[in-house]
Amino acid sequence: MSLWVDKYRPKSLDQLSYHDSITHNLRALAKSGDFPHLLVYGPSGAGKKTRIYATLNEIFGAQVDKLKIDVKTFVTSSNRKLEFNVLSSPYHLEITPSDMGNNDRVVIQDLLKEVASTEQVDFSNQSSSKTKHRFKVVVINEADSLTRDAQAALRRTMEKYSSNTRLILVCNSISNIIPPIKSRTLLIRIPAPSITDMNKIFTTISNKESLKFSSNDSQEVNQFLSNIGHSCNGNLRKGLLSFETLSIQSETISLSPNSLSVLKLDWEVIIKNLSITIRNNRNVASLAKVRVVLYELLSHCIPPRIILKTLLFNLIETVNSEYVVSQLIELASIFDERLSLGQKSIFHLEGFVAKAMVAIDKM
Amino acid sequence: MTSVLMNKATGKLDQYEEERLHHTPWVEKYRPKKLEDVASQDHAVTVLQRTIESANLPHMLFYGPPGTGKTSTILALAKTLYGPRLYKTRVLELNASDERGISIVREKIKNFARLTVSNPTTEDLENYPCPPYKIIILDEADSMTNDAQAALRRTIENYSSVTRFCLICNYITRIIDPLASRCSKFRFKPLNNDNALNRLKYIAEEEKINLSEGVLEEVLKISNGDLRKAITFLQSATKLSNSLEDVEMADEDGNFESETTSKITVNGIQEIAGVIPDDIVNQLANTIKSKNIKSISSQVNEVILQGRSAQQVIDQLHDKFILDDTINSITKNKIAGILFNIDKRLNNGTDEHVQLLNLFVQISNAL
Repeated sequence: MSLWVDKYRPKSLDQLSYHDSITHNLRALAKSGDFPHLLVYGPSGAGKKTRIYATLNEIFGAQVDKLKIDVKTFVTSSNRKLEFNVLSSPYHLEITPSDMGNNDRVVIQDLLKEVASTEQVDFSNQSSSKTKHRFKVVVINEADSLTRDAQAALRRTMEKYSSNTRLILVCNSISNIIPPIKSRTLLIRIPAPSITDMNKIFTTISNKESLKFSSNDSQEVNQFLSNIGHSCNGNLRKGLLSFETLSIQSETISLSPNSLSVLKLDWEVIIKNLSITIRNNRNVASLAKVRVVLYELLSHCIPPRIILKTLLFNLIETVNSEYVVSQLIELASIFDERLSLGQKSIFHLEGFVAKAMVAIDKM
Repeated sequence: MTSVLMNKATGKLDQYEEERLHHTPWVEKYRPKKLEDVASQDHAVTVLQRTIESANLPHMLFYGPPGTGKTSTILALAKTLYGPRLYKTRVLELNASDERGISIVREKIKNFARLTVSNPTTEDLENYPCPPYKIIILDEADSMTNDAQAALRRTIENYSSVTRFCLICNYITRIIDPLASRCSKFRFKPLNNDNALNRLKYIAEEEKINLSEGVLEEVLKISNGDLRKAITFLQSATKLSNSLEDVEMADEDGNFESETTSKITVNGIQEIAGVIPDDIVNQLANTIKSKNIKSISSQVNEVILQGRSAQQVIDQLHDKFILDDTINSITKNKIAGILFNIDKRLNNGTDEHVQLLNLFVQISNAL
């Protein structure tokens, strides 16, 4: 049994439910049998991947879903061997070069050139479109965390081998993509689904799974569903996962607002408590306690940037004075930069906490 | 595979070529073949043409913003000099997609530079100047490490009798001084509108695109002097507008030139380019002016959920505020400072949400 996220993932363009204009554009591209390099961006859980796969499905047929994982080895210039996972079907490859950290350039150079310099031969004449697919598609995940070097390496490759490969870059924000890449790709923005969009999806699923709610009043159910939508802040994947969690916990889903509290993740609750501590006890002793909590969070692999962001938003909610809020936001922005430049994240997180305490103290 | 095809049927090969051409992006398809075709870089082109006549080429350093024709110029120059056959042995093209560490400079570049020039056939000699040196093109030279650049210094001088170097970069400041001083520099300026417009019109005619009024102008405005961007936008827009029905009537016999009935509009271009519509920018500016942190924070959240690029927001807010006459110079100064700061932070790979929030709050404080 698969998760709802996978079970109800649209497989073809026709099943896609929201953002009709994007779907229309993608269909036009797919029909012509050819497309330029794409740069798909949008917040997480908005359905970027789903749309890409649906498009590929439309172009190449069901074979795209026959995925296998290969392990490729690369040799860096310093003769170190690297192992790298490549997800591939007969028509496309999917890679996450940022797994490799600083060595992503080698992957881009070697792998793409290898793919690009061999031409795709299309023997399947049964495909409905008359155009033959002389190209292979390479999907690059998390393109925004590619290093500058790797992105520079992409530039000429994209032009030179463009008759044999099509790239699809997937990322959350295009701020980190260098302009030469942007000027070589077709940008596709995928916004997060609206609350009503998500509501529709939740309703269809609850009908299909024939879920029972504690009350049959459709308005109440609707309200409950949109609460789920609100709590996941536009992230449909998160929304579906939490919805499934709720449905598994009990036979009938109780519609009381309390049941939603289960959805709060542990670390979110911890950070919320942290923000309250920071607000109430502003002294060195509590700073030491905060350090313990922060270390705990970091050791559970919560990314420092997420900690900072969540902490900031929790703090903003607890503080009333507008002046302090603007101070806090500025502090967060400074420490956010330091986090991404520095190595040891605990310093910067603690620095933020200390500065925040001082800022609130001055209120 | 190609050779087998060639023996069996040349007709197949033609069809194959045609299909391949159909898959090639326009940027490649319409890359200028001759020096004269390079749009709106009159200065560089005249100088280069004169050097062709005298068959004496200096080492060259091309610099300028993306999409102004640097790579196109040198490729066109090399083709005019050598012709297609000799081109393969006389030109070495290295770019950032190739390994270009110090070891490559020491081995590959040096070895190629050292080679004596091959003799051109008489046929080539008749048609092309075929000067007695090779050309090494180092594209995107600003992504070479300083060490690698330093290693080039002596190489350039040592083999100057048989090899000319052409460095291409966006930022001349990233090229170390000793290298820059060995080359004659050509600055490629952003294309002016007339020439770029002519080029776009030419492409539009060749591809039989159905355009509505003012689209080409809008494309130019958005692409901001970057011709490659403009052409890519145009192609993407055409692909998108080739909507469902006319694909079916096209290509029964490999004929890809579908008669497009649907038109490309200004809105469509904006959508493709990722430009934020004016009314949303105005709305953002108004929220900032309202100085209400609650509404600012919800507005920022909305922007992030819409998946807009923070960089684009900054760009357009910049235009908005700096051109706003109701704000006095001192405030504008402050705003520019804030925009600069946030832009820098975003470039350092920070979180868009936090930074945008900060940007909005800061500007609203400054106002």
